[in-house]
Amino acid sequence: MLDFIARRLIAIIPVLAVVAIFVFLMLRLTPGDPAAVIAGDNATSDQIAMIRGKLGLDLPIWQQFAIWIGDMLHGNFGESFFFKKTVVELIQQRLEPTLALSICTLIIAVFTAVPLGVLAAYRQGSWIDRIVMGFSVLGFSMPTFVIGYILIYIFAINLGWLPVQGYVRIGVDFWQFLERMVLPSITLAIVYIALLARITRASILEVLNEDYIRTARAKGLSTRVVLMRHALRNAAVPILTVIGIGIALLIGGAVVTESVYGLPGLGRLTVEAVLSRDFPTIQAVILMFSVVYVVINLLIDISYTLFDPRIRY
Amino acid sequence: MFEFRKSVFALALAAGIGGVAGALPAPVAAQTIKAVMHSDVKILDPIWTTAYIQRNFGYMVWDTLFAMDEKFEVKPQMVEKYDVSADKLTWTFTLRDGLVWSDGKPVTSEDCIASIKRWAAKDSMGQKMMASVASLDKVDDKTFKMKMKEPYGLVLQSLGKPSSNVPFMMPKKTAETDPNTQIKVEDVIGSGPFVFVANEWKPGEKVVFTKNTKYKPRSEAPSGLAGGKVVKVDRVEWIAMPDPQTQIAALQNGEIDMIEQPSTDLLPLLTKDKNVKLVEFNPLGNQYVMRFNQAFKPFDNAKIRHAVMVAFGQEDFLKATIGNPKYYKVCKPVFICGTPLASEEGMKDVLNQNAAKAKELLKEAGYDGTPVVLLQSTDLQVLTNLAPVAKSQLEAAGFKVDMQSSDWQSVVARRAKKDPIDKGGWNLMLTSWVAADILNPVMAGFFNASCDKAMFGWPCDPEIEKMRDAFSKESDPAKQKQIAIDLQKYWVDHPTHVNLGQWYQPAVQRTSLDGMLTAPVPVFWNMTKKK
Repeated sequence: MLDFIARRLIAIIPVLAVVAIFVFLMLRLTPGDPAAVIAGDNATSDQIAMIRGKLGLDLPIWQQFAIWIGDMLHGNFGESFFFKKTVVELIQQRLEPTLALSICTLIIAVFTAVPLGVLAAYRQGSWIDRIVMGFSVLGFSMPTFVIGYILIYIFAINLGWLPVQGYVRIGVDFWQFLERMVLPSITLAIVYIALLARITRASILEVLNEDYIRTARAKGLSTRVVLMRHALRNAAVPILTVIGIGIALLIGGAVVTESVYGLPGLGRLTVEAVLSRDFPTIQAVILMFSVVYVVINLLIDISYTLFDPRIRY
Repeated sequence: MFEFRKSVFALALAAGIGGVAGALPAPVAAQTIKAVMHSDVKILDPIWTTAYIQRNFGYMVWDTLFAMDEKFEVKPQMVEKYDVSADKLTWTFTLRDGLVWSDGKPVTSEDCIASIKRWAAKDSMGQKMMASVASLDKVDDKTFKMKMKEPYGLVLQSLGKPSSNVPFMMPKKTAETDPNTQIKVEDVIGSGPFVFVANEWKPGEKVVFTKNTKYKPRSEAPSGLAGGKVVKVDRVEWIAMPDPQTQIAALQNGEIDMIEQPSTDLLPLLTKDKNVKLVEFNPLGNQYVMRFNQAFKPFDNAKIRHAVMVAFGQEDFLKATIGNPKYYKVCKPVFICGTPLASEEGMKDVLNQNAAKAKELLKEAGYDGTPVVLLQSTDLQVLTNLAPVAKSQLEAAGFKVDMQSSDWQSVVARRAKKDPIDKGGWNLMLTSWVAADILNPVMAGFFNASCDKAMFGWPCDPEIEKMRDAFSKESDPAKQKQIAIDLQKYWVDHPTHVNLGQWYQPAVQRTSLDGMLTAPVPVFWNMTKKK
């Protein structure tokens, strides 16, 4: 197992190298000049050129790349072109809202989708199954921002139960934190629930026809025990795989959800950085997302061993 | 306010864990205005960049020597008195008593000299003024002299310039920062009406200002950016909220008090809500403009540029972008309608959408049918529809137009590069100016026709430069106006840009907010908030 983890961790290095080269080149080759953005609308060409020089953007691309890689190897991810703060500081500031949103979304999604999927499979063809599958199609088809606006309109504007926007740090006021997490988490969870419920249903249906399920029933075990202990456990591997793949969905969704609900998280930081061509921030955030994606999928792979004793690394 | 929270608290109380909290006295709430501005504050240095959000930030934290009032007159602000010698070569400025920085140190004439120098190194109007300045000298802690090489007519207009870059006064140590390097967060120390709370600044989340208790307002009533800057609330928070729909929902829900620039599409929604009101705080508004790239054919030819002025009509542009006539004005004068230099002279035969006449002019000028590259910004709602209208009016006049669309930041980057058209260059681009930036020929950046030193588009016209110089050296308002009229008449035949009409952007506020001043910049002094 340790050998497997070590190999997987080493495999992260070439992945990050490819991501780094790709992101760096993509940013330099697409149109947009951070110096012109910083200088403002009334700036002269000389002023823009001076800022470009200050930021080192007048150097050849290979030299800019070498400086960036060199700095990163020394643990320096650079300074944002705009904020006069290091990128690491910026990411630290924005990490909590995104982390909170992701965890709340995952909790809501898993605890809603898995029971719904199991129920739909158990009652295959019934009205419950049709409702769950119908919801799945709807949840998957509706853009996140539309879901967000609908929820804001109902629960914030009409009913006045929850605030429209903003974020309060968990350490400052837990209730206000919770109030502000409910709508964004549900918004982001809906697409995730749709995906997970479908996969759970399909996986459970597959194992429900297995001999060991019939044996369990013949032993007189209750339906709940048969479904939860025997069926769900054996169907867990594809469900876990989808949860891992869904992390990418979560990152993409966070960008939109954080904008709609005014959450100062990493998703919004990414959008702001892209729009203002803040190269050091974009590079660092994308690299960080890549590491998160790879590490979470590694954890998912390891977790397979908990559910399926046949899997050994 | 929120039922969900009430329910949770009710449950907590029922469980007996809320009793202690209920016995505590309620703290006195600070009066806080929460506003969503047009952009998040990323940079704190209003001299380093010309971006408007930094200018607005500057007005909160720093003060100016002079300021423009509602009638466009420049009035002393930090200055108590000033005088100019009979030969107009020596200006003496004396600061008001009791001016202090927010760290408690007194404001001195040395601070002001260093601040003027840093501002003038960046600002085009400042550069023009400094070309006529022989020296800036301290007389005593409160007095300094500006000695001129020659009489200069725009000293007060320059020092009282209302928009970017504004000559904000900073402590000497801060003002000695290289003008091309941003000042540090810890150096944001001002003598303005508010204090920037650095440890609460979270980029992408909020910027916090508190009332500057050390600030000594002038005794006069506030007017525009001049007069007494009396702060009537304890705290102002600028909340970063990028989504226009969410901004409106948050305002209607009472979570914020004001939106500086609500989306024009959403204004009809707001007029139905009794708890919010539209505030037209900036009667000067903005001006749409099309800029020629004169470095390349065909717009290096003045006759072809003039043909564009003949081909264009303003109303179509305004209808396509703003829509509601309440928020736009057809205005032919190139200097903002309603301001002292506005004049119709020379404008009779242009901006009438006369395609037939424009065709004739193009033929005379020898336009060879080469497509012109027109840049379109697709992500700024107030600009997006300008380019299709321009394309249609240009094509009606006989131009071949290649409209190329991209996001605004790509347009900004592209327009700054002087590349040939076949290597990614451009011929025409459309933008909008805040009216306060273009009140006279020296201030208006698009009139700068000093070739490579000019703004993008790089016009090169010694005659325009001569008139701008003459304007800057003239101090008699009547003669200044005549020069502006002469310039406008010349410019119609040798345009550096085309003005496409004025438009207005109301702010929207909760009805509990009051006292917003009429000014070209949204300012927060004088504002009150009902509980």
